[in-house]
Amino acid sequence: MSNFEIKAYPEMWQSLDIDVERFDKMRIMLGELYEKTFLSQENRPAAMVYFDNMVAELHGGRIKELLAAKEDGRPVIGTFCVYIPEEMVLAAGGICVGLCGGSQGSIPDAEKILPRNICSMVKSAFGFKDGRICPYFQAVDFVYGETTCDAKKKTWELLDQMVPTYVMEIPQCKKPRDIALWLEEVKDFKAKVEEVAGKTISADDLAGAIQIMNNKRRVLQRLNALRHHKPCPISGKDGLLVEQIAFFDEPVRFTEKVGELCDELEERIQKNVAVPAKNATRVMIAGTPMALPNWKIHNLVEGAGAVIVNEESCVGTRYFKDLIAENVSDMDDMLAALTDRYKEIDCSCFTPNDERLDQVIREFHESKAQGIINYSLQFCHTYNIEEIRIRQACEKEGIPYMFIESDYSSEDMGQLQTRIEAFLEQIGE
Amino acid sequence: MFVGIDLGSRTVKMAVWDGERLVDHKIVESGFEPHRQAEKMVAGVKASVIIATGYGRHLAAEYFADHVITEIKAHGLGIYHQFPDCTTIVDVGGQDSKVIALNARGKVSNFQMNDKCAAGTGRFLEIMAGSLAYDLAEFGQAALKADKEVPINSMCTVFAESEVISMKNRGVPREHIARAVHASVADRLSGMLARLGYGEEIAFSGGVARNPCMVQMLQEKLPETRMIVPELPDLTGAWGAALHGANY
Ligand code: SF4
Ligand code: SF4
Repeated sequence: MSNFEIKAYPEMWQSLDIDVERFDKMRIMLGELYEKTFLSQENRPAAMVYFDNMVAELHGGRIKELLAAKEDGRPVIGTFCVYIPEEMVLAAGGICVGLCGGSQGSIPDAEKILPRNICSMVKSAFGFKDGRICPYFQAVDFVYGETTCDAKKKTWELLDQMVPTYVMEIPQCKKPRDIALWLEEVKDFKAKVEEVAGKTISADDLAGAIQIMNNKRRVLQRLNALRHHKPCPISGKDGLLVEQIAFFDEPVRFTEKVGELCDELEERIQKNVAVPAKNATRVMIAGTPMALPNWKIHNLVEGAGAVIVNEESCVGTRYFKDLIAENVSDMDDMLAALTDRYKEIDCSCFTPNDERLDQVIREFHESKAQGIINYSLQFCHTYNIEEIRIRQACEKEGIPYMFIESDYSSEDMGQLQTRIEAFLEQIGE
Repeated sequence: MFVGIDLGSRTVKMAVWDGERLVDHKIVESGFEPHRQAEKMVAGVKASVIIATGYGRHLAAEYFADHVITEIKAHGLGIYHQFPDCTTIVDVGGQDSKVIALNARGKVSNFQMNDKCAAGTGRFLEIMAGSLAYDLAEFGQAALKADKEVPINSMCTVFAESEVISMKNRGVPREHIARAVHASVADRLSGMLARLGYGEEIAFSGGVARNPCMVQMLQEKLPETRMIVPELPDLTGAWGAALHGANY
C-alpha cells in the first residue's frame, strides 16, 4: 500500500475558514509520516485497515460527520483533558473530540503569542486554532478546558478570544470537600451542555451514555491486556494509534472496530504470531500524553528493535482503566458515580498522588515489561517533578528505568536514539 | 583483528585489537562524511569483525560495519578493560557529555546524558575558546594559570557567550574568563555525577579529558574521589567497540 494519502477536502475546509494552502501542505507531510511510520511495519493485523482509513479520513470523513451532527442541532465540543466527562456530551446527543495538539507544525503560530517555555501540547493546540489549520478546532461549537495545570488554565483565557472556551474547575487534592466541589462542577458542565444542545439530559440518556463509554473503555482494556501477551501480537505504534484515534472516532463504531481487532489478536496469539521479533525487549511508557501525531518515542524505541507494550498515559491507561458504576439509575447517584470514577484518574496535577506510583509499578508487572521509559514533555512541571518519585519507586523495585524529557522537535532525535539504544543494551545485559 | 570504529561529531577514532593487545589506532578529523572517512581508515586492516559506535554508527553499519553498539556501552567496555575496579565514567565528547555507572562486572547499570543543550560539552569549550581567541589546545593551560575565577552564571551556551563578551568588554583578564568557562563545565559534570552517584575512582574519557584544567577542576569539586585519565582518552569508545568485537 504505497499510495496512502490523507484525503483532501478543500471546499469543506474553505467553508470552515481554514488556511487551505498551508493545511494542505501539512496534510501531505502527515500522510508521508504516517506511511513511513505505520505502513512500513511488517505483519500488521488486518483489522488495522479501519484505523488507516480513519487517518486517511481524519480531515474529511470524520469532519463531515461532525458537520452533519451540527446540522441536526447536536453540539460538537472540543476538550483537552481526560477529566472532562464525555458521557455528558453523549447524553445530550452531542459529539466530543480531543483537541490536544501533537504536532510541531503549529508551534511557531503559538509562539508568536504565548511564552515559549510552556509545554508543546498546549502550544501546538493553541497554534492550530491561531493558524486556522485544524478542521476539528474550526468545527467545534465551543471548547471545554480545565484547571489542571497552569499552562492550560491561563492559555484558555487567550483561547477564549478566538473560540468560546469554558473552564471546568478540577481541584488539586482529593479530600471530601474537593470531591464535593468537583460534583458541583460536573453539574455545571451538564447545565452548559444542556443549554447548547437545547435539551434536558434525562437519567436514561445519561445511563445510556455511561454504558457506551464504559464499553469503549472495556474494549481498550481488552486491547491493552492483549498487548501484554508475550510475544506481542501487535506493535506498540499500532497500539498507540488506536488509543489516539479513541479521541476522535464515534464511540460505538470505534468500540466495535477495536473489538474486531482484539478478536484478530486473540487468533494471532493462538497461532503464536508475533509482530515484532519474538525476543524483542519489552518496554513500558509512563508519563505525559502523546497526542496525535506524536509518535516520536514509539518510533525510536521500536526502530531500535524493541516493542512498547503499555502506555501509562492519558492517551493510554489513564483514559480507560476505570469504569463508572452502572448499578445506579437515579440522576444524582449517577452524577456521584461519574465524579467518583473521574477522581480515580491519577494525573500528576494532583497532590498527593501516591496512587500513581503504585499504578505504574502494577502496569509494569501486568505488561511483563522489562524496563520503563518515563516520558515527559519539556516544561510540564508536574510530570517532570513527579518523575523523581517514579524513579525512586523503580529503583526500590529494581526496575530498569530511564527518563526522557523532550518536545515535538526533531533536533534531539540523534541523542534520544543513543540514549534509548543504550537503555536497551542495559536491559539486555 | 577486531576493529572498533567510533564515528564522533569531531573525529573518527579507530582501534585495532588482536585479542590481547591494542596493535594499532588512528584518530582523524570527521570531515563532511564521517562514514567515508571511517571506511578509508578500516580499509587497510585485516578485520575479522568491525564494530561501529558513536553518532555515525548506523551509517557505518549501512556501508561497512558488522554491528553497532552505543557510545555508552563502548566507553563502559573500554574503561572496564583498562581500570577493572573503576565503576564511574565521565565522558565528554564534542557533541555531548555522559556519566556512566558500571556494576562490578563492568556492565552499564545506569547513565545520564546532557539534554539538547550544548553546555557542558566539548562544543561549549570550543565556542568559548573561540570567542576568547584561544587555540583549543592552549585553552586549558591558560585557564590553569589564572589566579582568580569570575563566575559565569548562565548554563546556556548562547547566554554564556554573551556573558563572556561582556566580561571581555569590562576588561576582565582573559585567563580569568577561561577559568570561569572551565568551572561552569565542571559544575555541570559534577551535578550529573551527583545525580547518578559515583565510586572512589572516576575515569575521565573522551577528548576533553586531554584538557588539564578540566581534569583538575573536576577533581577539586569532588575531593573524595580520584580522577583517572586513560593514556588515550579519546580512544576509549573505539577500543571498547573493538573489545566487543572480540566477544561478538
Ligand atoms: S496529563 Fe493531566 S492535565 Fe493532561 S490530559 Fe491527562 S489528566 Fe488532563
Ligand atoms: S503535559 Fe503537563 S504542562 Fe502540558 S498540558 Fe499536560 S499537564 Fe499541562
